[in-house]
Amino acid sequence: MSTKVYELGHARAGDKGNTSNISVTAYDERAWNILRDQLTPERVLHAFTGIADGPVTRYELPKLRALNFVIENALGGGVTVSLAQDMHGKSLSFLMLDIELKT
Amino acid sequence: MPNNQSTIRVGTGAGFSDDRIDPAVDLAERGQVDYLVFECLAERTIARENLARLKDPEKGYTPYLAERFQAVLPACVKNNIRIVTNMGAANPAGAARAVRHEASALGFADLPVAYVTGDDVADIVRNNPQLPLMEDGSPVEALIPRMASANVYLGADVIHAGLATGAPVVMTGRVADPSLFVGCMMHGLGWRYDDYAKLAVGTLAGHMMECAAQLTGGCFIDPGKKDCDDPITPGFPFADITADGALTLGKLDDSGGRLDVQTCTEQVLYEMHNPTSYITPDCVLDITDVAFKQAAKCRVQVTGAKARPRTPTYKVVVGYHDGYIGEGEVGYAGPNALARAQLAEKIVRERLKKRGFTYPEIRVDYIGMSALHGMNTHGSGRPEPYEVRLRIAARSHDRKAALAVGFEVRTLHVNGPSGGGGGSNGIRELLAVKSILIPREMVKTQVTVEGTL
Repeated sequence: MSTKVYELGHARAGDKGNTSNISVTAYDERAWNILRDQLTPERVLHAFTGIADGPVTRYELPKLRALNFVIENALGGGVTVSLAQDMHGKSLSFLMLDIELKT
Repeated sequence: MPNNQSTIRVGTGAGFSDDRIDPAVDLAERGQVDYLVFECLAERTIARENLARLKDPEKGYTPYLAERFQAVLPACVKNNIRIVTNMGAANPAGAARAVRHEASALGFADLPVAYVTGDDVADIVRNNPQLPLMEDGSPVEALIPRMASANVYLGADVIHAGLATGAPVVMTGRVADPSLFVGCMMHGLGWRYDDYAKLAVGTLAGHMMECAAQLTGGCFIDPGKKDCDDPITPGFPFADITADGALTLGKLDDSGGRLDVQTCTEQVLYEMHNPTSYITPDCVLDITDVAFKQAAKCRVQVTGAKARPRTPTYKVVVGYHDGYIGEGEVGYAGPNALARAQLAEKIVRERLKKRGFTYPEIRVDYIGMSALHGMNTHGSGRPEPYEVRLRIAARSHDRKAALAVGFEVRTLHVNGPSGGGGGSNGIRELLAVKSILIPREMVKTQVTVEGTL
């Protein structure tokens, strides 16, 4: 069986220069275990092919049941010079939530 | 209002320069806040406002200053609420005069405003061209001829100093967003600038509150998945902080939006990189032990903030001219819409080439298909939408080359594929930013009061 990150947690994206950070917070303990095991930096970088060059660093916050992904070279050169409409990458949280994982 | 109370309430009045105005009025009128903090400066705002100031020496502060002060001043004066804000942008002194002007018009003659200067370090940067850029280590020297601004992120100490004057309003340029809040806590609760256990709590609170409604239901709702009863009028947040550092986040009980563990968790990680090391001018915050507990409706208790001593440097944002972006859009709908949009793209690319223009990068968006998440990853499997809006954008240091992008999209109106409608095009000047670190001792700050205390 597979499921999307969307069913397991919620996400928010922020920007600093050319780096996007996206947090994923699990809805419950079961979802947390799946996310922690499967939502690896490699998996995220693969999903962001064509958007981010990486590297991707993942930080774990077990007390919040949250993962924080720091995705470098993700914002078209940075908010102030990007040619993109979504120069802040706010919508990238839903690219994260669209990733499919096994359950 | 006396210093050193046992508990204070600090509210957020704005989370960005174009934020809503009514939630701040609500907090001022019936929120029982002691301080109201308006955070209105994005990374490149000061560069933009420096340009405005070159045209008019009295300008260079945030565009909605008059509207915000007209709206909140009556309740703030009536309820003895101190206002702290970075609305001064590139001209804190001019902003202070503008506030006094608005106050006078409302009947509050000679309202004292304290303003902070010293964040503008353009001269220091010019005299230290060897300073390395944080982005790639190269010297800042190459940017100096194109520099539009250079400002340090000042810390909570200048806010504290501004409040200590007794002026009801403290106006600043660049101050780190959380520091605007921490300064209120230092002033109201008598916290010392070397008490890192307290600075940790204050910095965490400021970090969570500086984007206003992003803590209280903004940037959160997903219909059917993460809902709230009233998405129309989310209340702005406030923090109740005790002198010994207990923190409860809140919003008015009958305001819209929502404030709970989920909204807090999203916001505590917002624009956070390494959660053990969130660097501000005041301290290095560690949020790895932070926990949230719903204490009541619209109240969340926050525990676990830790901090290490501040670094010996200030971060400087250098704004500089970086050419232009030219762009154009046109829409297609119905059968074969995507193919017509793709042909339009080809025509524009070929015509720009024929005219001799080259660009480091041409970005093409099929709005509705690929504008936000691109084509490369999943695009091939997506169904073709009924409508497609083509957008073409490119960057150039040559203004003519940038203008040509929108022009060639515009001319599709009568020359392009069938049924293209709703065209638009334009050009904008680019102000880019990069960062450097400078030793704290290079920076001299000053607090000045306009008006009679």
